[in-house]
Amino acid sequence: MDFLTDSFLSAILLIWTLNHDLLVIVGVSMKVSSISTFIASLLGVPSGFLIAFSEFRGKRLVITLLNTLLALPTVVVGLFVYAFISRRGIFGTYDLLYTQKAIIIGQIILIVPIITTFTISAVSRIDDRYRKAALTLGANLMQTARIIIREARFAIMTAIVMAFGRVIAEVGISMMLGGNAKGFTRTMTTAMALEYDKGEFVLSVALGTVLLCVSFGVNIFCNYFQGKSRL
Amino acid sequence: MISLLDAGSGQSAEKLIKMATTTSTENSGLLDVLLPEFTKETGIEVKVFAKGTGAAIRDGMDGNVDVIFVHAKAREEKFISEGYGSYRLDVMHNDFVIIGPAGDPAKIEGMQDAAGAFRKMTAAKVKFISRGDDSGTHIKEQALWKASGEAMKTEASEIIKKGKKHALSFVYPVGLGKRYISIGQGMGKTLTFAEEKQAYTLTDRGTFLKYKYGRKLGLNLEILCEGDQNLFNPYGVIPVSPKKHPHVKFAAADRLARWLVSAQAQALIGQYKIAGRQAFFPDALPVAE
Repeated sequence: MDFLTDSFLSAILLIWTLNHDLLVIVGVSMKVSSISTFIASLLGVPSGFLIAFSEFRGKRLVITLLNTLLALPTVVVGLFVYAFISRRGIFGTYDLLYTQKAIIIGQIILIVPIITTFTISAVSRIDDRYRKAALTLGANLMQTARIIIREARFAIMTAIVMAFGRVIAEVGISMMLGGNAKGFTRTMTTAMALEYDKGEFVLSVALGTVLLCVSFGVNIFCNYFQGKSRL
Repeated sequence: MISLLDAGSGQSAEKLIKMATTTSTENSGLLDVLLPEFTKETGIEVKVFAKGTGAAIRDGMDGNVDVIFVHAKAREEKFISEGYGSYRLDVMHNDFVIIGPAGDPAKIEGMQDAAGAFRKMTAAKVKFISRGDDSGTHIKEQALWKASGEAMKTEASEIIKKGKKHALSFVYPVGLGKRYISIGQGMGKTLTFAEEKQAYTLTDRGTFLKYKYGRKLGLNLEILCEGDQNLFNPYGVIPVSPKKHPHVKFAAADRLARWLVSAQAQALIGQYKIAGRQAFFPDALPVAE
């Protein structure tokens, strides 16, 4: 029990004193995950719309493939991107490996399938009559899309929040592509893995507590945001 | 039926022990030569958990493993004096080397004085990758920075342990600033990182040889500074004390420790070569050798 109370008290102490190292780590995590979620949303939401609304051969196959990619292990993404951006890879000259950009690239690949699939299912669930009604009332394609987005916005928002949760909690990509360099690419999860490796479990659990608090905060924020837009 | 099963698993369990060791012994490939021989001779299988020395010692303190095989002598002695370990045997040593890019911007090639090399690296403002994981290599690196007389900066974080405040500190050379990159990972990963950034780092010779010559796409980095007495790196084996943790398989761990210092194992260690170069030097040989 001592171990848990110690960890919990340490977490409070770290947050209370606004520990510099902790702030840097949390900052790196937030920055990297927000950017990758943002870019992945820009890619995933429109693709989801396109796939949901267009009829083409092999549509089912595309959706099945996307569903499979939901289970994409982070280490596979890590290895794949690593092979491209390491000094001996095709993009080796850009010195990308072990930078925040590398983590962002990997994380985008990880969550684009999540956002796309959930957009597809969110949009498909909207009654087709909305679309037909809008079209018969003379709305063009863009206006129709806007109506559908309005109807599907909660589900899409949930998909984005989920994608953010996935990237801020993942450790494989951050470790393999970021390299856990202190002050540059050390994220909350890689820091936890490191403290565990060092045998400093207390700090590791403390960081875990902070991570949960941050996720909690993000969710409260999103909830608030959704509640507002409902008015 | 149940008792039969229990008896069966108990017996086979005696034939399997857990050893925590450092990433440098594992990465260098030496254990792949030693342990199969030990298993052939005694029928005891050894499960290896490779971590930083800090975590390996921690595993021993928590009774998660039966024996530890590490290289941080001061800490090993503390481990024994606090009652966690039963005894320590010197097994072998290898040495640390400072490696860097072939172009050597810090001009330390051929130097012997490690602390002096650290000073030159600071003056040349080169990139330096640090293990930063509290491992034996990291501890050695910190000691060398201290010996170099460079200005060091300490960043401390407070945590609570056993109800009291404890400070965890991170020490780094001010002169290098952001060029001192602490990655908190094993030796192999640190070498890959240094290669990727064409930076300097401190490594044990065994792992370096393995990564440079033992692979198809070896490292381009070169050994630039070697041979200093301060770069000496002794390895010891310690069975976890059954007094502290009654569940450890002391008999089998004891056999492994004594086997590692036997003439046979010592010969294997001496003969172990990576790309034609000796990586470890047996320490328990009779003087005549």
